[in-house]
Amino acid sequence: MEPLERYRPIIDDFEAFLAACERPLGNAVRVNTIKSSVERATAALEEEGAEYEQADWNPRVLRLETDSPGSTWTSFHGFTHGQEEVSAVPPVVLDPEPGERVWDCCAAPGGKATQLAALMDDRGTVVANDNNLGRISALRFNAERLGATSLAVTNDDARNYSLERFDFDEFDRTLVDAPCSCEGTIRKNPDALDNWSEGHISSVAGIQKGILRRAIQATREGGTVVYSTCTFAPEENEAVVQHALNREDCRVVDFDLGLEHSPGLTEWEDDSYDESLEQAARIYPHQNDTGGFFVAKLEVTA
Amino acid sequence: MADERADGASEGELEQNDGQQFGRLPETAAERTVEGRASREAVVDYFADRFGIPPETFDDYTFWEKGAGKIWIYGGDAPSPISIEAIGMTCLRTRQEHWKPTTDFVQRFGRHASDCVIDLEREEARRFAAGEDQDLEWWNGDWGYLIAAHEIAGEREPLGIGLYVHGELRSMVPKGRQRDL
Ligand SMILES: C[S@@+](CC[C@H](N)C(=O)[O-])C[C@H]1O[C@@H](n2cnc3c(N)ncnc32)[C@H](O)[C@@H]1O
Repeated sequence: MEPLERYRPIIDDFEAFLAACERPLGNAVRVNTIKSSVERATAALEEEGAEYEQADWNPRVLRLETDSPGSTWTSFHGFTHGQEEVSAVPPVVLDPEPGERVWDCCAAPGGKATQLAALMDDRGTVVANDNNLGRISALRFNAERLGATSLAVTNDDARNYSLERFDFDEFDRTLVDAPCSCEGTIRKNPDALDNWSEGHISSVAGIQKGILRRAIQATREGGTVVYSTCTFAPEENEAVVQHALNREDCRVVDFDLGLEHSPGLTEWEDDSYDESLEQAARIYPHQNDTGGFFVAKLEVTA
Repeated sequence: MADERADGASEGELEQNDGQQFGRLPETAAERTVEGRASREAVVDYFADRFGIPPETFDDYTFWEKGAGKIWIYGGDAPSPISIEAIGMTCLRTRQEHWKPTTDFVQRFGRHASDCVIDLEREEARRFAAGEDQDLEWWNGDWGYLIAAHEIAGEREPLGIGLYVHGELRSMVPKGRQRDL
């Protein structure tokens, strides 16, 4: 927990934050509406005696009272997919529509890519990319289990991604669920902070900046880009968005979020960020009893 | 289930199938440019003839081949051919005497089927999901590939693909998809 001390000045009720980080996280699943309505999935869970609680902010997210969420009939049928509650936030903020072209540039193992497909009623094109071939096999497995027919899977570095292979040259919306230092997953992976260092943070931040810039370039004017991480470090969050604001044609926009959260930062240590970054969301573990997340929504302006 | 050969271009003029890329299936056998490739028409007819899945179920989808006979179903945009990792989901194995649908396809589209669906009781469904073979002498429908289904939350739901021969239903659920329920 030591590395988290640096966030004491920016987090209200820091002791509650630390206490939440020490508590293991329960199981959550997302109802895969490509294969089942929420009503049918919950009826099936009830039939097999599995207890669940529906998230207030999103009826498709269920907190499950079981140790083995993978061995239910709903899971076998692909009605549900194990996915952390906060991890279901970025696709909802991106808000894709049926028929659109959407790029998930860091997509493996596919929880959010398949959620995007579901939000689009599995109609349109979701290009799910990841540079790690090993993780792509997990993505493909999940996509097939969940019945996502709108996914096209590619294996490239998002920083210099080429659209030449397709017959369109820009996306309507892009999700950048970036690789990060994963501080916010501490409740799931108790060793998440073992290799923590400022050096590591600054090297991932470099990759994040490259990916976010390419995402904005590949998205049409008026289109939307959502940037998310599961970490608290401002160097990987507000600073990355600030970098994009300086170099690319885009602006930060507001969004509604039915989960308790804190605004994005406008200063950290010696840096200051654009005021619009207050419209980003920092979700801390103690606020909703979840993992930690950062989400910013951008509009592409040229 | 062999695709009609006769009316296409003669074998000598056809390209060899390139197993590394996805190629879109031709509308009909007559429009075929790749040797041995099934046509869209043949695939849709197969699902209709064997399982009673209405052809219009697939109106918004395209079918693709990668590797030898592996057919994929896709709802998005893409040019043909295209070299990527995956396009939609695998749905059918062709280029063999008996075409074989995938379990994931059957779970996704099998609800539209009316024929060759074998309804299992809960315990039979459990064995099927675990990948076990079982004697089911009571079945008096066709032999060959069947859609196994059971009832969940008051409605029939496909479990996966099975092979029925000599009174036995063999679960074809792939290892990674099998579950002890
Ligand atoms: C936070 S994970 C994505 C999780 C995924 N969105 C989901 O919901 O299942 C970040 C991913 O980025 C990938 N990645 C890292 N660097 C990348 C790069 N330069 N280009 C594309 N993907 C990259 C990693 O392999 C990893 O799978």
